[in-house]
Amino acid sequence: MNAPLIGQSIKRKEDYRFLTGGGQFTDDVTLAGQAHACFLRSPHAHARIRGIDTTRARAAAGVVAVFTGDDLARAKVGGLPCGWLITGTDGQPMKEPPHPPLAQGKVRYVGDHVAVVIAETLNQARDAAELIEVDYESLPAVVQAADARKPGAPAVHDAAPDNTCYVWALGDKAAVDRAFASAGHVTTLEFINNRLIPNAIEPRAAVASYSRADDAYTLYVTTQNPHVERLLMTAFVLGLPEHKVRVIAPDVGGGFGSKIYLYAEETVLTWASRQINRPIKWTAERSESFLSDAHGRDHVTRAELALDKSGKFLAMRVTTTANMGAYLSTFASCIPTILYATLLAGQYTTPAIYCEVTAVFTNTTPVDAYRGAGRPEATYVVERLVETAARELKMDRADIRRRNFIKEFPYQTPVALLYDTGDYDATLTEAIKLADVAGFEARRKEAEKRGKLRGLGYSTYIEACGIAPSNVAGALGARAGLYEAGEIRVHPTGSVTVFTGSHAHGQGHETTFAQVVADRLGMSIENVDIVHGDTGRILFGMGTYGSRSIAVGGTAIMKAADKIIAKGRKIAAHLLEAAETDIEYERGIFKVAGTDRKKTFAEVAFAAYVPHNYPLDKLEPGLNESAFYDPTNFTFPAGSHICELEIDPDTGQTRIVNFTAVDDFGKVINPMIVEGQVHGGLAQGIGQALLEGCAYDKDGQLLTGTYMDYAMPRADDLPFFKVATRETPCTHNPLGVKGCGEAGAIGAPAAVINAIVDALGPLGVRDVEMPATPERVWRLIQSANKK
Amino acid sequence: MRAFDYHRPATLKEALSLLRKNQDARPLAGGQSLIPALKLRLAGPPALVDLGAIEELRGIRIDSGTLAIGALTRHSEVASSRDVAMSIPALARLADGIGDRQVRNLGTLGGALANNDPAADYPAAVLGLGATITTNKRAIAADKFFTGLYETALRPGEIITSVAFPLPKRAAYVKFRNPASRFAIVGVFVSEGAGTVRVAVTGAANCAFRARAMEKKLASGFTPEAIARIKVPPDGLNSDLHASAEYRAHLITVIAQRAVAAALAGK
Repeated sequence: MNAPLIGQSIKRKEDYRFLTGGGQFTDDVTLAGQAHACFLRSPHAHARIRGIDTTRARAAAGVVAVFTGDDLARAKVGGLPCGWLITGTDGQPMKEPPHPPLAQGKVRYVGDHVAVVIAETLNQARDAAELIEVDYESLPAVVQAADARKPGAPAVHDAAPDNTCYVWALGDKAAVDRAFASAGHVTTLEFINNRLIPNAIEPRAAVASYSRADDAYTLYVTTQNPHVERLLMTAFVLGLPEHKVRVIAPDVGGGFGSKIYLYAEETVLTWASRQINRPIKWTAERSESFLSDAHGRDHVTRAELALDKSGKFLAMRVTTTANMGAYLSTFASCIPTILYATLLAGQYTTPAIYCEVTAVFTNTTPVDAYRGAGRPEATYVVERLVETAARELKMDRADIRRRNFIKEFPYQTPVALLYDTGDYDATLTEAIKLADVAGFEARRKEAEKRGKLRGLGYSTYIEACGIAPSNVAGALGARAGLYEAGEIRVHPTGSVTVFTGSHAHGQGHETTFAQVVADRLGMSIENVDIVHGDTGRILFGMGTYGSRSIAVGGTAIMKAADKIIAKGRKIAAHLLEAAETDIEYERGIFKVAGTDRKKTFAEVAFAAYVPHNYPLDKLEPGLNESAFYDPTNFTFPAGSHICELEIDPDTGQTRIVNFTAVDDFGKVINPMIVEGQVHGGLAQGIGQALLEGCAYDKDGQLLTGTYMDYAMPRADDLPFFKVATRETPCTHNPLGVKGCGEAGAIGAPAAVINAIVDALGPLGVRDVEMPATPERVWRLIQSANKK
Repeated sequence: MRAFDYHRPATLKEALSLLRKNQDARPLAGGQSLIPALKLRLAGPPALVDLGAIEELRGIRIDSGTLAIGALTRHSEVASSRDVAMSIPALARLADGIGDRQVRNLGTLGGALANNDPAADYPAAVLGLGATITTNKRAIAADKFFTGLYETALRPGEIITSVAFPLPKRAAYVKFRNPASRFAIVGVFVSEGAGTVRVAVTGAANCAFRARAMEKKLASGFTPEAIARIKVPPDGLNSDLHASAEYRAHLITVIAQRAVAAALAGK
């Protein structure tokens, strides 16, 4: 019998491969006869294409083929689909303008795909791409969400003349308006949730090949969800039968959401591989990633909180304009709606909430889910309001939270979610202790002596992970299922291979999932291998996003393990000549209750594959089980983040000195991996608050198109984090897990900005725009000093 | 990157002859600016003349009150040189703060000066110490060398061979970094030498320049307080996503004071 593995900080099985350069990423794939693709991209944010002359490019050295939007249209290649239908307040479906993989007639953002050149070498493809002559008629562009619906704004799509994709709302408006009318206090804030560029360390890449021999395609691609990629590409764009397309996501170096989507590049490559009957490779250059990976966030919001004089929340009213960019990316429409407005209750009992969201098209890169996806934006709204209200009412910021915390579960929020469990007081209490809030005043005074302004800010967030169940999501507009699939193949000598529809691109599933299976089957972790990322080997999958992998994918595997054990029990009963009901199973041992007669898991597996002594009349040989799991509800991780920082008033520079995160992820499988996930999330959350901000000029040219101008968080921007977890197990999955991948990015921005406002509060500052760059902070101090 | 011919001469003479024969060829020093430009296809010279094998362009030595550094000396060599640390520690620290480790292991003093990036660190030191730049043709005073955005007094066919820094009594360099690129938004090099005070600013304008009003004040009292009230006019300063001209102007005074304090503290 092996020791329990759940809750152990086992070192990551995959790291030997990654640290020794043994990883196999898409760009490492080289197929015989492979050609290389270069995409010609639009230099204009908005232009009519009067004509494209590819004559010189086609004649250039090494060129195999050149394709444009016209070629795809002639071949009846469809547009890239959106996977979530939002129905507006007017009862109409959202506007879904065509999204051709190569532009037809018009380009709509800088980086939009105009043509693809396929050549023997990458340099030849690039050289030839420079020879394509495109006759553009430049058009005025609209860039900012706030400008999209202004009269006279240029229309990005004819199908949406006012640039409006939808106007959508959630909540009881009348009840909210009534509560505001009689409220003792109203706190109002207006802010922008800054647009971010994902920046996974591995750029997007694809290698597509077509085999005439079996009329089938293989696509290696940097995706977080190969089955979804295949479904969307075959069924909606290329009109291919699914069984003729194999999508492989090999090792993938980071996604953060940006690799969920079906992109133009791999779609064009797959189609073109058949046209030229050769494999084709494309790997994004970093500058292409900046232009063409779906961006995140980009909301303009007005938010109001109504309270009574004692600080009890009465109602919340939120109006948001969300920038969709030039086209609807795969899940763009559900991010500022289903994953945003539903989170506005936060950890609080606010009885009435109303949120109206206007999604607009602009001449910018499409915007979609990015780590947290809607939930960081919601948390920012709630936690900035709460802390501002506390300051206005001169209440302690922890007290006002505790006064409004949800304490009884299950709890039905006024914005559709049913929280199953949580203990918000406990996480806050522990965070306050860990952050030594009691000693803050002394630290502030000490900093003051050094000429520094020290501040402390809270953020008590909720997130909803593992979107589910499928039927409810379907009613809300989802065009896909939201379950996960898993399969366990037991080998004759008792080791196992696990096939999961989840996909790891840095999360460590090969370790965590192996821990779950090894623990359940009572074997050593070395006897379990996890296979993911291949539609040819895995029965089905929805992939990895929204912190769903362990809660949904892990549970599917658990269910498959339980089927293995159930069958093993039958085999053991036969081998031990006992009734099945008398067989007890514990950690890899089947035994007859009340006796010392037993069979090990390996003995049972061997009997299943060498069925000499086996109930062949009642039971099939072999030991291989699969399961699909469709959760009954979301999971609700929650936590308390406390940020402490110092501002240099002479330069406006902010330095985070302490950051404490106490998170409730339910049951934790591998504390070390969870801590790593929290660190990464916090880095991105702090990045959003202090450093990262995608900027366009008024003509739609990307100003932050390289690392010279787009500020990524680095190690020396961050403090040593103080991280702890508390466990209130999820009530509706057998592992009791909730998910941890996005928490840091969700909770951190509000904590950082609240801390800056705390530091500058004595000067009369009540808000600072993200990213809180040194100049922005310095200007706030300057204008406060002038008052 | 586009195709180009590659030459790697072993002597300066050979390099100059190659450059004379190929008028559009570019000399390649550490390549930390030129190679990225080639990769992005922002530059596409028909030939590169790699100066990396020319031994006579390397080396650090102190003689008769000056520190002479060969043009092809890498930043990491300056940063770790005992001679530099003993004579002008501020210069060693400056070199140690350029870019990242990879950049420092390849980037060169001469390359940085010839490129004259508006946010580069070395121009501040050269100007702030009143160094002399020696080329294959002549000696150029620092004050005459930096002429504009990526522009210098160098003429076609002219290559920097070494730079001579007079030894100051005290000096320091402080930079306020761009959060994205980590280049200087404002970097200030101050030095106090025999009867002279120099204050050179990089990152703030189209190229490094001297803050003469500050020099004057500091000459009569080398303290941070002496320049605390100097308001630098923002006219002509850079204005970009990361810092407006007004903010840069403010930072020059703040960072200059910190540089003076650091020089006094021997940091």
